[in-house]
Amino acid sequence: MYDMKALYEATSVEDAIRLLTEHPDAKIIAGGSDVLIKMREGKLAGAELVSIYKIDALRGISMDPDGTIRIRPLTSFSHITRDPIIQQHINVLGEAVDMVGGPQIRNIGTIGGNTCNGVTSADSASTLHAYDAIMVIQGPDGVREKPIREFYLSAGKVDLRHNEVLTAILIRKESYEGFQGHYIKYAMRNAMDIATLGCSVNCKLSEDRKTILDARIAYGVAGPVPMRAPSAEAAAKGQPVCPETVEAFAKAALNDVNPRTSWRASKEFRMNLVEQLAKRALKEAIRLNGGEI
Amino acid sequence: MVVGKSVKRVDAFDKVTGRARYTDDMADRSAYIVKILHSTIAHGYVKSIDKTEAEKIDGVIYIATCFDVPNLPFPTAGHPWSTDPHHQDIADRLLLNRHVRYYGDDIAAVVARDEVTATRAVRALKVEYEELPFVLDPIQSMQDGAPQLHEEFQNNILAHTRLSDGNYAEAITEEGLIRIEGWYRTPTVQHCHIENHICFASAESGKITVVSSTQIPHIVRRVVGQALGIPWGNVRLIKPYIGGGFGNKQDALYEPLCAYLCTKVGGRLVKLDVSREETFVSNRVRHAIQFHLISWLRKDGSIVARKAECFSNQGAYASHGHGIAAKGGGAIRQLYPTPNFECDMYTVYTNTPASGAMRGYGIPQAMFALESHTDDIAKQLGIEPIEYRRKYMMPVGYFDPFSKNVNYFDSLNQCIEKGKAYIDWDNKRKAYANQTGDIRRGVGMAIFWYNTAVWPISLESCSCRMVLNQDGTLQLQLGETEIGQGADTAFSQMAADAVGVPFEAVHIISTQDTDITPFGTGAYASRQTYVAGFAIKQTADILREKILAYAHKLYRMPVALIDLIGGNIIRKSDGQVLGTLGELATEALYSLTDSIHLTAESTYQIKSNAYSLGCCFAEVEVDIPLCKAKLLKIINVHDCGTLINPALAEAQVHGGMSMGIGYGLSEQLLFDERTGRPLNNNLLDYKLSTMMDHPDLKTEFVENPEPTSAYGTKALGEPPATPCAPAIRNAILQATGVAINQIPMNPHVLFARFREEGLL
Repeated sequence: MYDMKALYEATSVEDAIRLLTEHPDAKIIAGGSDVLIKMREGKLAGAELVSIYKIDALRGISMDPDGTIRIRPLTSFSHITRDPIIQQHINVLGEAVDMVGGPQIRNIGTIGGNTCNGVTSADSASTLHAYDAIMVIQGPDGVREKPIREFYLSAGKVDLRHNEVLTAILIRKESYEGFQGHYIKYAMRNAMDIATLGCSVNCKLSEDRKTILDARIAYGVAGPVPMRAPSAEAAAKGQPVCPETVEAFAKAALNDVNPRTSWRASKEFRMNLVEQLAKRALKEAIRLNGGEI
Repeated sequence: MVVGKSVKRVDAFDKVTGRARYTDDMADRSAYIVKILHSTIAHGYVKSIDKTEAEKIDGVIYIATCFDVPNLPFPTAGHPWSTDPHHQDIADRLLLNRHVRYYGDDIAAVVARDEVTATRAVRALKVEYEELPFVLDPIQSMQDGAPQLHEEFQNNILAHTRLSDGNYAEAITEEGLIRIEGWYRTPTVQHCHIENHICFASAESGKITVVSSTQIPHIVRRVVGQALGIPWGNVRLIKPYIGGGFGNKQDALYEPLCAYLCTKVGGRLVKLDVSREETFVSNRVRHAIQFHLISWLRKDGSIVARKAECFSNQGAYASHGHGIAAKGGGAIRQLYPTPNFECDMYTVYTNTPASGAMRGYGIPQAMFALESHTDDIAKQLGIEPIEYRRKYMMPVGYFDPFSKNVNYFDSLNQCIEKGKAYIDWDNKRKAYANQTGDIRRGVGMAIFWYNTAVWPISLESCSCRMVLNQDGTLQLQLGETEIGQGADTAFSQMAADAVGVPFEAVHIISTQDTDITPFGTGAYASRQTYVAGFAIKQTADILREKILAYAHKLYRMPVALIDLIGGNIIRKSDGQVLGTLGELATEALYSLTDSIHLTAESTYQIKSNAYSLGCCFAEVEVDIPLCKAKLLKIINVHDCGTLINPALAEAQVHGGMSMGIGYGLSEQLLFDERTGRPLNNNLLDYKLSTMMDHPDLKTEFVENPEPTSAYGTKALGEPPATPCAPAIRNAILQATGVAINQIPMNPHVLFARFREEGLL
């Protein structure tokens, strides 16, 4: 039994925007795997909800004519993992969201909810950061686009105004073409857990597979919001595929992150993981790209 | 004969199809809902509770605070009552507490129309506290000047007992002895049964009926009577199917409070359904015990003297109290008999959740300490760890004068042989001997000691009733309870053979109703198959005697010549079937000349106990940079005597191993040092292991029929959870050379230890 004041069911994006405008205290609910937990904890007790879950226009994955991959926000984790477009072009995203919780959560949880609740540990977020995803947001005044790095404002806070709805997550062709990526979720158990540290790395190699043309890395839980590690990327870009490059890449990542000590893990332990996971994820990304290391 | 066969569980189809009814399924929808207000300080006094705002909420029926409840301290432990006042459980509980002793203590309760209303009202209660300093660690709690929890217990020591053999002080003066010392720490963990504790109560004609998810209906009935200060016969306790208990429900939990609240609302039905967060904190937990072991050895490894100190964290209330530490101390004394032995066991109150019974009852803690220490000894002396154990572990013929237990068989060696073979011990110990690199493997093992039931410490008795139906089937009733472990199936198998009817002819009545069900103390101490065996056999003999006496009249054959086999009355001399039991039962009931309802009922008091021994072998892969130990292979081998149902026995061991793996690698309830607040009392942050964290769980048995037992059987419920953590620890020791002396051996602990040892 949930302490819910009212539930408004939106039939379209426009309808959702209208309902949100009419109910200034209402929260958006999609799959409910975060909102209902907060409600049960008492944090959202007595809240009004606007459900967008029945808006099918917000569901599914497609490719635009220019090769942009369009992931609609209500797509569940399990659908992302099984989607042929994802599997062909950014398989790492499907692998990453396949590590969320357990099967039931992956069936109900959505990528829109995963990103819009602004938590640093979201399994989709680091990979989306590492692929320069663009968030498409619709409000009463129309549609705007925001790079995901600017979308995250602070812990639990994203650039989404009260009566705005995320309508798509875009990944441009130049962001994925030729890249292969690998995500490592480090958690205390192998299922039903939240990352102690998440690390998503992708890279593009030269034709002879001997040089790293480009490398991108993003972390979850290395700071209050998911973050890229530009020093690490710079340390690998244009460098030969060799253990020294991997070491330099991983060491450089330490300059970019700022994890905190909490009872869940100490800063020292997380820093150790920042370096170790960077190494392992880059090596795997290189291997997936046909490189040898 | 059906004993020894893997027949399907009697409740299998009902449980997998969802037909089986649990406590919540039985509560009428009209029930009022109870929600409890828990303290948000670890120690202090409630100065006032302002109910004004809460009472204004529509749908709030009644609010009880710690200022309202009777001052009748009661005990909660699920022990048989003792008529000797010196042996009775400590009565240190009230229904609600003004003196708050841990963060999460019960201070008020709201009865409301529905859950949302009750929850809102709890939030609207305003509490004023007088805060006192608190203490979370038992060793600190024993110091002079530490905050005092219970007036009568000086320095917070609930109990201190000492075991002493030989002369320790003199023995250690022998020249040339090697001294090996270690501290071993075990964590606070929780049972995490699937079904949280739930109960509901209603009253009619002055009698309170409580339906509860409990392991021990007859005991809880007594405790409700004590807590409310009413005659025990005025309480009726009903136990339907339950979703696990593992010892947490071997305690009176919220049944007394629920019954009390029911009396405050005119006997209306009130339901108290505990949340998972409350289950972690405000039910019971496993005692966290710190062990200090000192062994004095000759070069050949022989133990000249050993000293053990155990500091057991009782938490805020006595519950099962000192029994846990005491059982562990006994195991340390017996598993490696030592001529000069000293063991000091302290059970100490602290401002943490009350520790109670949990699967293994002190032995998982003691085995972690002792079996880790044993590997440390073997390593330091350069002796192969199995070889070391074989030389010094409890020998065949060992006799314990207190329990009168005898180690009749070479169970430990036989179990070790099977474990060694499965894990490929000799080859792997060699292969993993000198590894370098980031990823290393190791194999380790541990043996365990256990016993069966609680005699001679407490009462052991079991009562059984059998009622024959017209068709030759029978109802079987026992006070011993089905809690998911398969007891009903094992009881039915034993009864079928003992009476001489097919398995299908036994209708076990799973539900215990203390107004109807014969007395039994319930599911704990791995006792039920052992103790029920005696009562089932004895009662079956009484029923058979009556049946055969009637058969004698019916078929005019001497009783000595007839038998009841497979539901038929047989003439033994030629094997001829004289008639079916159904025909006999129908005639017996409806005969116009000689009508009798054939029933039998009896109590058997058990005055014996039995060793249950075995081992665990584990293989791990340690990722040193990532500070993770991955379990690759694990096997438990048990000698629990004759197996009643091999498939169920195996399943029971799997569950225990899973619990042992979590205990060793991931589970721990944490508290904030600054406030005493529990930090991870939910299933996300408390790292109960999942099936993705388990390798294939391998189980084998050695079946030496227990000579004292009616069916050759002995303890299996708890032992599986006892040896896994030290076996994993010893495997990590082989892999890395690093001794991890605290569990859980999670990445945080490995990170700190690997740094200390220079591996990182």
